[in-house]
Amino acid sequence: MVDNRSPMQKTITLLVLMLLSHTVWSGPAIQSWNTANGARVLYVPAPDLPMVDVRVVFDAGSARDGDKPGLSQLTNALLTEGAGEWDADQIAQRMDSVGARMGSGARRDMAWVSLRSLTEEQAFSTSVTTLAGILNTPTFPAAALERNRKMMLAGLQREEQSPGSVAKKMFMRRVFGSHPYAIHSGGSKESLSAMTRDDVLAHYQRLYVAKNATISIVGALDRKQAEALVDRLTANMSAGAAASELPAVDVLKQALEQNSLFPSSQSHILLGQPGMKRGDPDYFALYVGNHILGGSGLVSLLSEEVREKRGLSYSVYSYFSPMRANGPFILGAQTKNQQAREALDVIRKTLMDYIQRGPTDKELLAAKQNITGGFPLSIASNGKIVEYISMIGFYRLPLDHLDTFVGKINALTKEQIRDAFRRRVHPEKFVTVVVGNGKD
Amino acid sequence: MRFAYLFILFLTTNVVVVGGAVASETALAVNGGAVTEYMLPNGMKVIVKEDRRAPIAVSQVWYKVGSSYEPDGITGISHALEHMMFKGTKKLAPGEFSRIIAANGGRENAFTGRDYTAYFQTMSSDRMEISFKLEADRMRNLLLPAEEFNKELEVIKEERRLRTEDKPNALTREQFYAVSYRSLPYANPVIGWMNDLNNMQVEDLHSWYRQWYAPNNATLVVVGDVKPEWVLEMATKYFGPLKAEQIPSLKPLREPPQRGVIRTNVRAPARQPYLAMGYKTPVISTADQEWEPYALEMLVAILDGGSSSRISQKLIRGKEIAVSAGAGYSAFSKYSGMLSMSGIPAKGKSVYDLEQALRAEIELLKRELVSGEELQRVRAQVVASQVYELDSVFYQAMQIGTLETIGLKWKLIDEYAANMRAVTAEQVRAVAQKYLLDDRLTVAVLEPLPLESKQRPRAGSGGRHGG
Repeated sequence: MVDNRSPMQKTITLLVLMLLSHTVWSGPAIQSWNTANGARVLYVPAPDLPMVDVRVVFDAGSARDGDKPGLSQLTNALLTEGAGEWDADQIAQRMDSVGARMGSGARRDMAWVSLRSLTEEQAFSTSVTTLAGILNTPTFPAAALERNRKMMLAGLQREEQSPGSVAKKMFMRRVFGSHPYAIHSGGSKESLSAMTRDDVLAHYQRLYVAKNATISIVGALDRKQAEALVDRLTANMSAGAAASELPAVDVLKQALEQNSLFPSSQSHILLGQPGMKRGDPDYFALYVGNHILGGSGLVSLLSEEVREKRGLSYSVYSYFSPMRANGPFILGAQTKNQQAREALDVIRKTLMDYIQRGPTDKELLAAKQNITGGFPLSIASNGKIVEYISMIGFYRLPLDHLDTFVGKINALTKEQIRDAFRRRVHPEKFVTVVVGNGKD
Repeated sequence: MRFAYLFILFLTTNVVVVGGAVASETALAVNGGAVTEYMLPNGMKVIVKEDRRAPIAVSQVWYKVGSSYEPDGITGISHALEHMMFKGTKKLAPGEFSRIIAANGGRENAFTGRDYTAYFQTMSSDRMEISFKLEADRMRNLLLPAEEFNKELEVIKEERRLRTEDKPNALTREQFYAVSYRSLPYANPVIGWMNDLNNMQVEDLHSWYRQWYAPNNATLVVVGDVKPEWVLEMATKYFGPLKAEQIPSLKPLREPPQRGVIRTNVRAPARQPYLAMGYKTPVISTADQEWEPYALEMLVAILDGGSSSRISQKLIRGKEIAVSAGAGYSAFSKYSGMLSMSGIPAKGKSVYDLEQALRAEIELLKRELVSGEELQRVRAQVVASQVYELDSVFYQAMQIGTLETIGLKWKLIDEYAANMRAVTAEQVRAVAQKYLLDDRLTVAVLEPLPLESKQRPRAGSGGRHGG
């Protein structure tokens, strides 16, 4: 093989190899315990900055909506609309007056409330008391429900005017069929219009309970203070029960292509299938394999073929979204209408070739270098660490997940990746969605 | 301090966020580690801020060039050049830059704004040297191969279609700026007009690159687990040998006085109407009084700083006029700015109702003093934000780079909280009375056209099955 790399690059590769072999990576030390009523806690002390991040996650996403799509998002949105004696304005004032920031939301698996606050006494005490109220004594005022219903309906309209959102919604429905993951978290017009306060209350009472909760804390608190914080959040929370297991996702039986006209200059292309779950035995092989295929930005194979060689798309990517049950594996791009077919063909061919041949030694080495060398970046801030440990706690991954991560990546062989892709990815049965081509 | 990044930044690669919620917070700043400033003999400024919390660092090279430097006919050229900076130098093949950074575990990207173009790598701090080596190389040795440019230009047009052409609200904002500014180049979109992209030649980029990419027009900002002396040593080694250039001086642009409200409508396929409006306001470098930009920052935070702000409390909750609405202003740009407001009316309300409601809030600010409680709330938010910002090395570097590149000093970051603390209710009312006037106002309205095609029915149902 002719080595046509520049001297600069050769030196660099050598340098990287030396570093890889001499460095031992470990994640932050996670402390974990359960409260008396069954909430799971993960905690990482971070004494450097006088602040704390708290993330409370419930297994209460739209996978739990049943025949009422949108229920989990509506319930979650209403938490901050009234609690105990406070109305929405008072809750907002309490948080804003001490510079605390609250976030909340619901996707397919998770519904969450997050808080970032100073640890200075008054700010901390005010924000934590408010958070505890929101979690434990929400009042779900009728007027707020009406307003939030209208906002969610407006959200559906907003999605209708975006070809990307239309495509994603269509794709998820086709990939997941009768599985709860087919439910659109934003709901549907019919379902939202019919939703009642009783629906919301029932959803809240069943799922916003301690045994269904994971609380993650990163910040300048010692263990005692963290325990006291957790007590304030959960003391009045009913124990309840953990949400039931989700059904397994069916594999696709046949290919399906859906083309939908939209008055846009670009066509949005999505293709894929159900992918993998958290803790999946093939997780590392599929993760690294996808990194090479379409998960590493400009240096990925898809980017090389679609963008760099042909200039077809600004954004082209692939990803697995590992969830409680098998989440989606998606490949996507957008391109002007006239060349949608060409882009789709290039994406398909790139994927098929890759499944056929598997990664090369060089590609695998580059992926390992990128992932392991970049590992310190992924845990370099409190904000990132709290996201990570929250995911670890929610999906019950081993607490040493971050410590063993680099080792598991480095141990992978190209044969394992090729094998995992061949077993798990089936382009001949993909769902393909193209939205566009409808400009007069 | 707030920077209006969202609307005006164009990145080389899009960032795909997968699963989970990644909280993105806009925020304000101060302090933390020590800041050290150097000047290399060739005129390149080097600013280092130590942050030893994690063994990583970010390195950003900021150039004083962006869309506001572009004459008509070549709008979008700064952004196009940003894309081409990844396409090879005398030493590196196209794409090799990114491969080397990736192999070193780095994350990289670049962004172009109105007043700057910046390139960054975030890496384990023991690999930082490679970033300097590569950035120094492409500061002076870019190749700009024609065939690479022709492909990349198509990528950029796709980016424009993705971000603007097919997004009715983005189209409305673009037209809003286009009709509002008579003289300032902020009238032009950062990504450029499609016509200018269609006519762009690689030769245009060659001269743009020669004109602006030189050490004396650049600032290196490094934040993270690094020693300032080491950064200086490395910067001297790699950037030091680069030759300074004669950088063109630009005329001092000022927007001529506006006389009366400017109104415009955008008709595009959409489901919802949308309102964008704004008053031309001064910034740090153009204000009559030093305190005015801070009073405007205070004013906009009272309107839209958190869920207890006036817009949230009165227009979204309260009167339920908007499903979403917001206000923005930044004291930190090269030319005069805009106090902007935008929103989507609630069902049963019109854009007209929303406009009236927002203007009523402005009138109230001119008439009555804001409360001590509101001032106190914003001050508390500023203090807290300054702590939160220290959690991100990237954001800290971003603030330093922005200020230095628009011609201000990074030390303003440290003075921000004190300047905000000093703002009085009377000053907030004074800037409202002085600047939030019809003669400074532009209003743009999105008029939705049907999404359904007239000729062809929408073939959404059904689908083609096949083996």
